[in-house]
Amino acid sequence: MNAFWIILTGSLVATCCSLLGCFLILRRMAMVGDAISHAVLPGIVIAFMLTGSRDTIPMLIGAGLLGVLTTFLIEFFHRYARVQADAAIGVTFTWLFAIGIILISVFAGQVDLDQDCVLYGEIAYVPLDLIITKGGLSMGPRTVWMLALVTLLIGAFIVLGYKELFLTTFDPAFAAAIGISTTLWYYLLMGAVSLTTVASFESVGAILVVAFLVAPPATSYLLTDDFKNMLGISVLLGIIASFAGYYLAVWLDGSIAGAIATVTGIEFLLAFLFSPTHGKLRRQKRVQMVGH
Amino acid sequence: MQDFIEFFSFTDANIRYVTLGSVLLAASSAVVGCFTLLRKRALVGDAVAHAVLPGVCLAFILSGTKNPFILLIGAFVTGWLSLVVIDYITSRSRIKEDTAIGLVLSVFFGIGILLLTAIQQTGNAAQSGLDKFLFGSAASLIGEDLIAFGVVAVLLLVAVVLFFKELTLLCFDQAYARTIGFPVRGLELLLTTLTVFAVVVGIQAVGVVLMAAMLITPAAAARFWTENLKVMLVLAALIGAFSGIAGAFVSYTAPSMPTGPWIVLIVSMIAILSFALAPGRGWVARILRQRRNKTRILEENLLKLLYQLGELRQDYGSARSLEELLERRNIPKSEALGGLQKLKRQGYLQKDDGRWLLTPEGEKRGRRVVRLHRLWELYLTQYLNLASDHVHEDAETIEHIITPELEQRLIEELNYPDLDPHSARIP
Amino acid sequence: MILQVENPVVEVHDLTVSYDRKPVLWGIDLTLPAGALVGVIGPNGAGKSTLIKAMMNLLPVSSGYVRIFDQPLKQVYSRISYVPQRESVDWDFPASVFDVVLMGRYGQLGLFKRPRKADKDAAMEALEKVGMQGFANRQISQLSGGQQQRVFLARALAQNADVYFMDEPFAGVDIATETAIIQLLRLMRDQGKTVIVVHHDLQSASEYFDWVVLLNMRLVASGPTEQVLNQELLEQTYGGKLTLLSKVGDLLRKQEFPAREKS
Repeated sequence: MNAFWIILTGSLVATCCSLLGCFLILRRMAMVGDAISHAVLPGIVIAFMLTGSRDTIPMLIGAGLLGVLTTFLIEFFHRYARVQADAAIGVTFTWLFAIGIILISVFAGQVDLDQDCVLYGEIAYVPLDLIITKGGLSMGPRTVWMLALVTLLIGAFIVLGYKELFLTTFDPAFAAAIGISTTLWYYLLMGAVSLTTVASFESVGAILVVAFLVAPPATSYLLTDDFKNMLGISVLLGIIASFAGYYLAVWLDGSIAGAIATVTGIEFLLAFLFSPTHGKLRRQKRVQMVGH
Repeated sequence: MQDFIEFFSFTDANIRYVTLGSVLLAASSAVVGCFTLLRKRALVGDAVAHAVLPGVCLAFILSGTKNPFILLIGAFVTGWLSLVVIDYITSRSRIKEDTAIGLVLSVFFGIGILLLTAIQQTGNAAQSGLDKFLFGSAASLIGEDLIAFGVVAVLLLVAVVLFFKELTLLCFDQAYARTIGFPVRGLELLLTTLTVFAVVVGIQAVGVVLMAAMLITPAAAARFWTENLKVMLVLAALIGAFSGIAGAFVSYTAPSMPTGPWIVLIVSMIAILSFALAPGRGWVARILRQRRNKTRILEENLLKLLYQLGELRQDYGSARSLEELLERRNIPKSEALGGLQKLKRQGYLQKDDGRWLLTPEGEKRGRRVVRLHRLWELYLTQYLNLASDHVHEDAETIEHIITPELEQRLIEELNYPDLDPHSARIP
Repeated sequence: MILQVENPVVEVHDLTVSYDRKPVLWGIDLTLPAGALVGVIGPNGAGKSTLIKAMMNLLPVSSGYVRIFDQPLKQVYSRISYVPQRESVDWDFPASVFDVVLMGRYGQLGLFKRPRKADKDAAMEALEKVGMQGFANRQISQLSGGQQQRVFLARALAQNADVYFMDEPFAGVDIATETAIIQLLRLMRDQGKTVIVVHHDLQSASEYFDWVVLLNMRLVASGPTEQVLNQELLEQTYGGKLTLLSKVGDLLRKQEFPAREKS
């Protein structure tokens, strides 16, 4: 049963992250996703201190706000202080992450978070924190419920805003010319990324969030030329990675998050070499055939 | 205060080591960071930092020891590999650079975490301390470690000094460097190698995630203070070194505090202050400059008004009341009064029985503004084909900014004109 | 030679556009007639793209305003369309030709609504007009330059607008495509649409356009082609930069001076 809950958690995180990641990588903003996933840390710690618990709602709000603030800060440093774009990202997220780590040390007694957990999460403990009804009936882990809710929200966001997200990603100038606000959709997308990051942070840690945001979308980008297929394949790849990663971790007796990230990398490598349309080996073969 | 004296007297050998170590690590990565920043590849350092972890773990698994040199070699190999992979993916597929960086960063790090946790589970006693690579611990830099990393740091600095010219050209204009026969591939390799070394040693101090800050942040801060690359390198090194010392001091006074995050916090604050306060490029300096422009516009407009009144009445020698001025131009009263008083202090105006009179200097400056206004109007109608009723607004700004040289050229291009497009005389 | 028209489709009043405070277009006063094929012509860096982008409010302006059909732009989004430069998007994007053309309908659809049958028909029709109906399911990454340009054109057509802004639609396309595009543009003009085209080739300009706007940092001329394309005006347009103007522009940027006293 524990395996089921852990894999389900991983799959839910994979679903949200891969969906949003498709938009991020096509906008060339993969590193902004990386920055947000690190920078929400102080928000989580502060929400933790203020409420004194791991209450989900304040945590989501606190860290979600910080995620959007990160995007603002990057924009601000870049636009108004004219810091080079990549440097603005680097300075912002390391700064906020450092503050988060320091806050954890300062309130070490009160905050039940440790440094390692920040990076690679505690997905193994997900099944331990159950919601039990008054009748004593177990409703399953709290995290799973929260992630399911977030996944629904993200799914609804993408279905309802599909047109606008697609257009502002592909051709922002045309979008603006026909009256669709690129800024609005940019911040909505970043808000969604922040929400996902925060919801996933505790269970899988920053690094797996980044892996899911980037690797499955990049892999499916090599496999298909259709955007809807790209979304579907990314989700599928993320879920497969959750399965395979879990068993890899059990076999090696190591971190589940680390193992899942490893599997997403293997998936990418396979696609990079063998993709029917964009794979390295396939291409070489085709070149040889043409040569004959 | 006691702590402060104790710390900075460096009587304790341990403090000496830790401080020296932090300074060397922070300064050398800051210097290398300047080049990666200028090549617009700042975030690549982040990927290398994450990619070092699997190398360290593999080196430990294969050798079974924590000898710093062996761990360094492992770290070097995977760090270097990560850069090669990023370049290979971006050049050989449709994947863009940012995606490749994010991919390599998270996957390499994932592998590292997997290996690290697997090692920890084996119960091998020798492994304890490997995880300090995650968050770094400058405070535990002693003896053997320090010597190893110190040597690398010094080598880095020497390499940068030796290849300064070549690296500068590489960052500035790669295509040009190739055409004049520089071995660009080799230099890229050198910079890559330097970056990996900087990361490998820097990670000891601040850990994987925050290593990016040691490369990017001091360089980004230094960039705001100077346009000269040599000065920028020295400044970045100083900023890095200062943060290193400050971090070591914090962890000395409060041993429970993590050194790395403090170093990063301090260096980030320096950077943010630089973005805001640096003269020239800084945000505040730019706002001040805009404010100064505004007062200049106000003052010159007042002088212009007085001059125009004189022109109108053919009498520059009489004083005018504030009301007379405001009748001709809509300026908030308090602002106008402040401006007038300031002009009086500067010697451009005299106050005579509550009314205002141009001094000879004031008249000269007022005349110049009026002249520039009319010259520019004429220029716009002659060279830009603008209708004469559309040029006034433009000239309102430009009259405040034209330098004497530009004024001269303007007069020449217009062939020493007498009248503006509205047939007013150009004084 | 700047001819202003009655009841213009596009009215540009005292427009100054700056990048980083340096004006690249100075005080443009321009009116364009309805139902014309308009060419915007000038040397590299003259601000041609900047002008049409500013007309569509894609860039902040330092001064002046633009009215289309005598209304502010916000009220006429559905009546204008835009064909950006081909290089402005990533053609590796995972989308089919049909996906891109369907984007032309997004503006009218509004939030949350999905494209209906009528929209798909309109998109298909637009593809037929540019002779690309056989490519509907092709991936955009597999198109040639000329085909890419036709797809962009089809997207604008699907929108069924009244004014079209096109940024260098003839750049880097084959002769066949160029001919097909100009025929299509003429057809659109004959249907009463106004088409404003940024164009860099002087040779073909006199043949293609009814109305020409000559531009180089400032408006040199605007009027019927035969009256505008003469030696004197072309010399004014291509005869070097106005160095004084650039210098003053540089000063504005360096000193962070506002382009207008009160902004």
